[in-house]
Amino acid sequence: MESHEPTEKCKEVFSLLSEYLNLELPPDACQEIETHLAGCPPCIEFAESLRKTVELCRRYQPTELPEPLGKSARKELLDAYQRMLGARKTAS
Amino acid sequence: MQGRARYNRKRYLALEREAEVELAKRLIAGEPEAFDRFVEHFRAKVFHYSWLMCRNREDAEEVAQETLLKVFENFDHLRQPERVRPWVFQIAKNVCLMKRRKSVFAPSQELSLDDFLPLMDHEGRHVKLQIADWSGLPDDQLLQSEMKQVLDRAISELPENYRSVILLRDMEELSTLETAQTLDLTEDVVKTRLHRARLAVRQKLDEYLRTDSQVLSSPTRGK
Repeated sequence: MESHEPTEKCKEVFSLLSEYLNLELPPDACQEIETHLAGCPPCIEFAESLRKTVELCRRYQPTELPEPLGKSARKELLDAYQRMLGARKTAS
Repeated sequence: MQGRARYNRKRYLALEREAEVELAKRLIAGEPEAFDRFVEHFRAKVFHYSWLMCRNREDAEEVAQETLLKVFENFDHLRQPERVRPWVFQIAKNVCLMKRRKSVFAPSQELSLDDFLPLMDHEGRHVKLQIADWSGLPDDQLLQSEMKQVLDRAISELPENYRSVILLRDMEELSTLETAQTLDLTEDVVKTRLHRARLAVRQKLDEYLRTDSQVLSSPTRGK
């Protein structure tokens, strides 16, 4: 690996990586980051690990799910929905 | 209880946002046929959110039920069905908050960006980044059970004000604006907290990968 010290630019890029990955930066700021990344292997390596973290979060499926909905709990929700529909009819 | 939860997991299939908006429109139009699918979908989502927020199954079940009750009582207030997901989570956030007030008060914590700057190893003139080799991690390994557990723990250990942002922004895929509206924050605060939350999670995963290099060398691990 080539000699490399983190520069102020590395720190600036580090602070903007999430916005960069979210495509929330203006085009000129993206261009600046890409120019820096092209010449800075450690920053590329770090950016890639952050991108994989985000990907992992997005693909994450819950390990815990609720118990099946009980009859009385379902009835409570359905009653609330029907009351809302009834109130709407009365109002109109 | 575990068995039933597993059974439920097999049946559970998350809906895309377009499909849930369609269900919301049908319910607003008074079509009760959409009721059960809507309940199943959002009950699982709200349960997951509140379980990761409060780490208590009983509380999470209660938050899911109370949230859906408020959703159905107030469905007429949902002016834009396209916003059904952030609207449901806004209600869930408030219900969660009320539940937390009744239980243990957890003071908010701040994460500093400096804590996540990667360290460098100096070897003579050469400097090496102290992170694991993520490039060798195939995408299909990202979802393996052991990695899921590490991720689960990493998210659970985040301070609450960061956890809520990463849950809504990355897992529920709300936009920055929707997340800000749901949590009553500015968009800039959402961006800052999201970045620090991601960095904290990345750091935990990196620690795991560095201490367990077999993940990278054994394609059958966890299967």
